[in-house]
Amino acid sequence: MPGARPEPEHLWRSAEPKPSYEVVVVGGGGHGLATAYYLARNHGIRDVCVVERGWLAGGNVARNTTIIRSNYLWEASEAIYEHALRLWEGLEDELDWDLQFSQRGVMNLAHTLGDVREGRRRVEANRLAGIDAEWLEPEEVRAFCPILNVSPDVRYPVLGATLQRRAGVARHDRVAWAYATRASELGVDIVEHLEVTGFLRDARGRVVGVETDAGPIRAGAVALAAAGHTSVLAERVGLRLPLQSHPLQALVSNLYEPVLGCVVMSNAVHVYVSQADKGELVMGAGIDAYNGYGQRGSFHVIEHQMAAALELFPIFRHAQLLRTWAGIVDVCPDASPIIGLTPIEGLYLNCGWGTGGFKATPASGWVYADTIANGRPHPLAEPFSLERFTTGALVDEHGAAAVAH
Amino acid sequence: MLLIRCPWCGPRDEVEFRYGGQAGIAYPADPDGLSDEAWADYLFMRDNPKGPFAERWFHAAGCRRWFHALRDTATHRFLATARLDEPLPEAGT
Repeated sequence: MPGARPEPEHLWRSAEPKPSYEVVVVGGGGHGLATAYYLARNHGIRDVCVVERGWLAGGNVARNTTIIRSNYLWEASEAIYEHALRLWEGLEDELDWDLQFSQRGVMNLAHTLGDVREGRRRVEANRLAGIDAEWLEPEEVRAFCPILNVSPDVRYPVLGATLQRRAGVARHDRVAWAYATRASELGVDIVEHLEVTGFLRDARGRVVGVETDAGPIRAGAVALAAAGHTSVLAERVGLRLPLQSHPLQALVSNLYEPVLGCVVMSNAVHVYVSQADKGELVMGAGIDAYNGYGQRGSFHVIEHQMAAALELFPIFRHAQLLRTWAGIVDVCPDASPIIGLTPIEGLYLNCGWGTGGFKATPASGWVYADTIANGRPHPLAEPFSLERFTTGALVDEHGAAAVAH
Repeated sequence: MLLIRCPWCGPRDEVEFRYGGQAGIAYPADPDGLSDEAWADYLFMRDNPKGPFAERWFHAAGCRRWFHALRDTATHRFLATARLDEPLPEAGT
């Protein structure tokens, strides 16, 4: 049962790196830890090291707004995000951990006729793919979320919404801790505060390990899972990627009685909000426009987001802003991830999740582990290859993914 | 909020500006002659350094002119700005 086990003093073993591993995963965030777990759990590959430059789960997995949903537009995205949602639905039992996974429903508001058309189209596309999706008229929106202002005389009137009832939230740090602990129990080494400074290449140019502050670590396969810092690593191995790193900001308010029982998102006005179990309102903004590796953004982005939130939720005017922060998100031109092989043998890539990687964590780890174990893309990863930028077979999810997570 | 020195108007608030991404990406002289790889490189591949980055900004709510900037992406600090007819700022200058 989730939570039944007494808490040990340390959740995972803090390992010293060995000279060599079957697989080295670069990045100890949600995706890297899930990858290591599924390598051990699904493929029996336990000779795995997760190398993390900072502390475990200190990047985007600790900085997102924890929204989980699978209502993307295109079949390739629906398949991988729905695979993630199905894994989420069994993850507390699988990891024997209380992840505070709550399928409280996610609404995506429509504020313009364009939003309405796009939303209805996406609902139909989701239904065709076997994903639960509903279209709500404004009165139904108000019934589902009574504190939402649906009057027609506001600047951004609510003209309807998509609703995915199986969507929701989970406690992000617990997800990382659970994957880390279970991976560690299966034999995976987790090494924090160790930076990968370069890559070992053999005479044929293959990647055969990594250089670190503590010396070289040889590896049969090197798997990048470094999110916003992927480009920095890729440059050290001479790999050019279609990624741009941006700050993505979020904030929490002070604690409140339960007032918001679902997740509400709006692409058009750049705000998405839910209420944490403790009581804070958790809100996310749009990305800061400029490239940036500083984990902070500009305050006017927060101001813009708060203005929209206050109009949609008049009772939030009593809320105080408690904390703001930013994560560094690596964004692809088509707002879809890159998962799979690279032109460099021995080097694998999982990046470009942009503003929405948290929801994908279980599936990302699942398909990436399978891709590494078998040396070919998992079927769900095939559409997300690096080659799509050459072939032109982009997976354009700007409508479903661009800002709202 | 960033304070950005427009080369024409002087220091102004960030909200007056639009970001234009990496500087110095020229339209291909012979687009029809490009291979798919070269076209993808022109269209999608951009530098994404952690540190000084030469980029374009647009003073949308001011003189409505484009200009070049050198900005440190780790600190978000502007190191230099320059008009388009001036040499592109370089790291260390």
